Amino acid sequence: MWFLCVFYHRLLDFRKPEVEALAELFGEEIAENESLQWRLPVHHHNDTPFHFVQLSSEEIARNIAKRSILVKGMYELWGEGTCYEELKDSILSYSDSRKLQFLTSDSTFRISVETFGKGLTFDEQKDRIQSLTYIPFEGRVNLKNPDHNFFLMEMIESEENNGLQPILQRRIFFGREVGFADRKLLPTFQLKSRTYLGPTAMDAEMAFLMANQAKATSGKLVYDPFVGTGSILVSAAQFGAMTMGADIDIRVVRDGRGPDCNVWSNFKQYGLPMPVALLRMDNNLPPWRSGLKEIFDAIICDPPYGVRAGGRKSGGRKILRGTVDPYTVPDDKRTDHIPSTGAYSLVECVHDLLHLAARMLVMKGRLVFFFPVLRDETGGEVKFPEHPCFKLVAVSEQILSSRYSRFLLTMVKVEPYSEEIKEAARLMHLEFRENHLKWLEDGNIHSSVFKPIDSSQIHTDPKAFKDPKPKYRGKYV
Amino acid sequence: MRLITHNMLSCNIKGVTNGFPLRIEAGNVIKKEVDFNPDFIRHMFAKLEWKALVEGARSMGYAELPEDSPDAAVLESDESFLKKLHHALLELHLEEGALVCPETGRKFPVNKGIPNMLLHEDEV
Repeated sequence: MWFLCVFYHRLLDFRKPEVEALAELFGEEIAENESLQWRLPVHHHNDTPFHFVQLSSEEIARNIAKRSILVKGMYELWGEGTCYEELKDSILSYSDSRKLQFLTSDSTFRISVETFGKGLTFDEQKDRIQSLTYIPFEGRVNLKNPDHNFFLMEMIESEENNGLQPILQRRIFFGREVGFADRKLLPTFQLKSRTYLGPTAMDAEMAFLMANQAKATSGKLVYDPFVGTGSILVSAAQFGAMTMGADIDIRVVRDGRGPDCNVWSNFKQYGLPMPVALLRMDNNLPPWRSGLKEIFDAIICDPPYGVRAGGRKSGGRKILRGTVDPYTVPDDKRTDHIPSTGAYSLVECVHDLLHLAARMLVMKGRLVFFFPVLRDETGGEVKFPEHPCFKLVAVSEQILSSRYSRFLLTMVKVEPYSEEIKEAARLMHLEFRENHLKWLEDGNIHSSVFKPIDSSQIHTDPKAFKDPKPKYRGKYV
Repeated sequence: MRLITHNMLSCNIKGVTNGFPLRIEAGNVIKKEVDFNPDFIRHMFAKLEWKALVEGARSMGYAELPEDSPDAAVLESDESFLKKLHHALLELHLEEGALVCPETGRKFPVNKGIPNMLLHEDEV
């Protein structure tokens, strides 16, 4: 069945992958190497909030809409057109057997008018609703809590549209609401009111998106190897998953900022079950027992990019460089000794993450993580790290600044881990490191992001300096 | 630290071959109630090292688990067993104590429920 899926107009790259992941979670049968079928309305560009998607049942559509962050609503389309006459023809030709069951005299209904591109006055809205008298509504109107909710959605043509592609022609949709989003989720979980925050705490909306990409749900174990303040795990826990986290910095994980301001208190704030475990460990030298494998259903994380927080691993700068031999801390100082840690480049960090995921994820388990990319360096296609155990199923870009973006990568484990795979992966990693731009290896992403603008580039003529292209906000927000 | 975590950890000091299971030196053990989710317990059962779990539970003061790992069939039929397993895995907490490597005797401290598995400079 085709449904009209209306998205919130933000994080454009993240919209469809979220629906695909949730469709799979709620039981939609999707064949190997295939994805959901999507269709665009006539004249619409891919950035439009309106998309048609094929799903096998209304129940799946409803479940997706309820849990999704970016879907505003799912509708059974009764008609569409470029003007109200066309809309009327379209609705009248839609099968009665589909329509009449929702128009019965013992039911209640409501019709809402929504416009994209221009606001309408109350009278204008009323006129549009009145024009629908050809639909035989027999029930009573109930504005607060109707049995059936109908939406008349009008996309009005305009030249300027927040940098969106101009809408060439008006399009009107009329549909019955099948599912709608839970609008209370984000206001409840927003970071503004979070008890314990850190500089790189994941924003609530993004954390929920990541949890959806990972298909976090009750009965599953989700792991975050860079847990920090637990912002990603909180979202996974909200969706019912059991969570587990580790970090190399013990102050963030164990101490927080006090007995009521730590990772545990974040979970307590929302009445969520506490993480199963929080550990201090080094992902580069993990303490897993050798037989342990395929234990996590999902790994969701935000590895340190080296921009606002750098990665660390065991060893200490001088030891890792070889300037100093590993030294032994005398026994009397050992108990409170905090081992030194050294720089841990992004590439090495991601390699260890892929290795951890290859071993510890169950088959078909998902690895969801962010990978930063400098924007002006890459003229063409961006290359992402690969691993023979994984298939990359979704890539979504979030532009962070004019200098760099991060991509949310969703990988599914398709091959079991073995010693042969370990060797193939090591070679893939070496190739990635060699062929990739130098800035990744040196950890220079930090300097590239923060370097001051070259003053010679600033034009003296204020008119010439004005941005030639209108700012296209779609991927920023 | 719960026993489910303890079951995953071993000593990874360079050169150590027999770092699992870590012996638990229980300083302060508390019981925290956790909602019972039978699917999760069944799912975890397959990944556990049973002997290590029984030993660990004993060190934390819980001796109700059977010595030998039961058949998978027991999981479906016997809810009281699942509840015992749930209690051992998730409800017993080591707040303060240490995990001791069976080969070297190195102690990994556990403070405020969080085990510190970081290695010192000479163990890397």
